Amino acid sequence: MHPVRKQRLMIVIFIVVFSSIAVGLMAYALRENINLFYPPSKIAAGDVPHNTRIRAGGCVKPGSVERASDSLEIRFLITDGTADVKVNFNGILPDLFAEGEAAVINGIVTETGEINASEVLAKHDENYTPPEVAEAMKDKGEHQKTCEGLKYGA
Amino acid sequence: MAWQWFHRLGSPRWFYEKTTAWMPWLAALSIALLLTGAVWGLAFAPADFKQGNSYRIIYIHVPAAFLALAGYYIMAISGAVGLIWKMKLPFMVMKSAAPIGALLTFVSLVTGSIWGKPTWGTWWEWDARITSMLILFFLYLGMIALQQAFTHRDTSDKASAVLALVGMVNIPIIYKSVDWWNTLHQPATIKFTSKSTIDPSMLYPLLIMVIGFYAFYALVLLLNTRVEILRRESRTQWVSDLISATNKRA
Repeated sequence: MHPVRKQRLMIVIFIVVFSSIAVGLMAYALRENINLFYPPSKIAAGDVPHNTRIRAGGCVKPGSVERASDSLEIRFLITDGTADVKVNFNGILPDLFAEGEAAVINGIVTETGEINASEVLAKHDENYTPPEVAEAMKDKGEHQKTCEGLKYGA
Repeated sequence: MAWQWFHRLGSPRWFYEKTTAWMPWLAALSIALLLTGAVWGLAFAPADFKQGNSYRIIYIHVPAAFLALAGYYIMAISGAVGLIWKMKLPFMVMKSAAPIGALLTFVSLVTGSIWGKPTWGTWWEWDARITSMLILFFLYLGMIALQQAFTHRDTSDKASAVLALVGMVNIPIIYKSVDWWNTLHQPATIKFTSKSTIDPSMLYPLLIMVIGFYAFYALVLLLNTRVEILRRESRTQWVSDLISATNKRA
């Protein structure tokens, strides 16, 4: 390679490497802010400010959903495997909201450590399965791995 | 000697004449793949047991997002080659790649938003994946704007090549954002190191769509580049020969 071209190649590599380092350091410094939501263990540990609007995310604990018979009011627990946090919500849930599925909650943490939610979003997983295959897996007891493999606390 | 083929590749005329024969084949291939993939995915692939039919937007969303990212690498690497070797052709490729990439990024943002409403329950959320994809869209728009910002073609080529190189850092961020941070967007389904978490009956049409998008991308990039070649070389002898030959045939 011609020395002039080699020098220009070095400049190009320099641009790529140093812009990557700069952006990488920025992302590292802002890592807590880039996270969309707090995991339940952080809320339970008191690391999350009370009485301000935050987002929490975790798996809806199977068997914890209580619905009111005369209104849209609903209570459930979200978990990340380490801690559970109680969520109160009065509104319309997305279709994919279900026990054993992840959800993202927009709301206010009260003094008692519960979340009064103003919005509940369903965070669906990356698995796509035809209904027949899902049925077959359920029969074999393979598909009930709900709330497993959550790393939100990490 | 070893670099001869490389320098020949840098000749716009050689490139234009070489690719003329490819165009109909590439067009036929991409139409065949896109039609097969779309009909298979939208009509014959099974519905998802949780999302029902709404998951089928994956057959547009994922290939568009793949090509939006891959297209950025194509643009940035051609910019780097143009800077290092001072060749004309790579800069033409870089300029031609910007509007296609912008359009693909826009398509993946819009389809993602349409998909988000029935599944997540929201059109838009400022999570890391969606926000970094929006930044990619603005980078592409910046490339298009920067090309127009200078009167000298050399200056605008160099400046936009530097912008393309600096913006390249965003691509791995987009790709890994769902693993590095807590996001609403789910992690990758098609995995290169382990088994993909999608049933084979749904995966095959998706792969056909991805290959079809690659072929279509190549087709559009070549079309754009060939127009750019004619525009920038319009004063040369071979272009006027080409035009008079076309006029004679007509």
